[in-house]
Amino acid sequence: MVQNSAATAVGISASKIIPLSMTALLGLFIVGFVGFSHLEVVHNAAHDTRHSLAFPCH
Amino acid sequence: MSLFRNIVFTAVIAGLLSGLLLTVMQSFSTVPLILQAEVFENAGGEAAHSHDAAPAAAGAAAPAADHHHDDEAWAPADGFERFIYTLAADMLSGIGFALVLIAASEAFGGFKGWRGGLMFGIAGFLAVILAPGLGLPPELPGMPAAELGPRQIWWVSTAVCTALGLGLLVYTRSAVFAALAVVLLIAPHLVGAPLPPSHETAVPMDLHARFVNAVYATNLVFWAVLGALAGVTRERFRAGEEVSAGSPAKLASR
Repeated sequence: MVQNSAATAVGISASKIIPLSMTALLGLFIVGFVGFSHLEVVHNAAHDTRHSLAFPCH
Repeated sequence: MSLFRNIVFTAVIAGLLSGLLLTVMQSFSTVPLILQAEVFENAGGEAAHSHDAAPAAAGAAAPAADHHHDDEAWAPADGFERFIYTLAADMLSGIGFALVLIAASEAFGGFKGWRGGLMFGIAGFLAVILAPGLGLPPELPGMPAAELGPRQIWWVSTAVCTALGLGLLVYTRSAVFAALAVVLLIAPHLVGAPLPPSHETAVPMDLHARFVNAVYATNLVFWAVLGALAGVTRERFRAGEEVSAGSPAKLASR
């Protein structure tokens, strides 16, 4: 629904949808890894970042 | 493919620079407060969980794995090593946020310069820091909190709902969508964040208050710089996009 209204509003071309969603997914994966991974080692390495970005921690 | 490549390139530049700035700001604001809180945490709890170095000594002494923490796990040594890992995590976060931010902006016609980038950056601050922070304020080590899983779910849902709500408010003109946007903005806070059974903590209140202020201030600057940098850099890397995007899309995105 949101995407439809966006598509009609600005005329996003179909050829853009795949690269844009790939980009967004890559970004979400990176943020998820740094900020949300339950792996202990990742948590410890990114500890101060998680606290300072107000990610849920501990 | 050129669109993907150009966005990634832009995001890496914006993320590295704003992540560097964020780390410098944090070294003077949030990180000293985290270190102070860890003193209370380690003194108050029965080795609740130690983030600091001395893993060899602490690992043997603390059998309980509170907070799902395994004391055997590796952690960067305090000082320079810890700073480097924080820097890397900040830069990675910056790159990740920039990728999402640029992808979102391109779907709506692009930043169109630093001003648009700044707007998107501030929207990112609202969605990722401020809205989740209303329910789950930035927390210091040693502060009580509900189970991690539900808090992460609430945090992500709140960020997504806020981003969708802001997008609807800006990019649609009908009253129905505006009403839906308001519902999306408010709903997470009506549902409420998962809270701990007790808020008792050894960490002093004023330490926490200063930490919350520092987190909001540093992140506002971080997101503003991230957005503006992405807006500026995006304009400079458009090689090959005209071919793949076609002329109507090109006109729309300019």
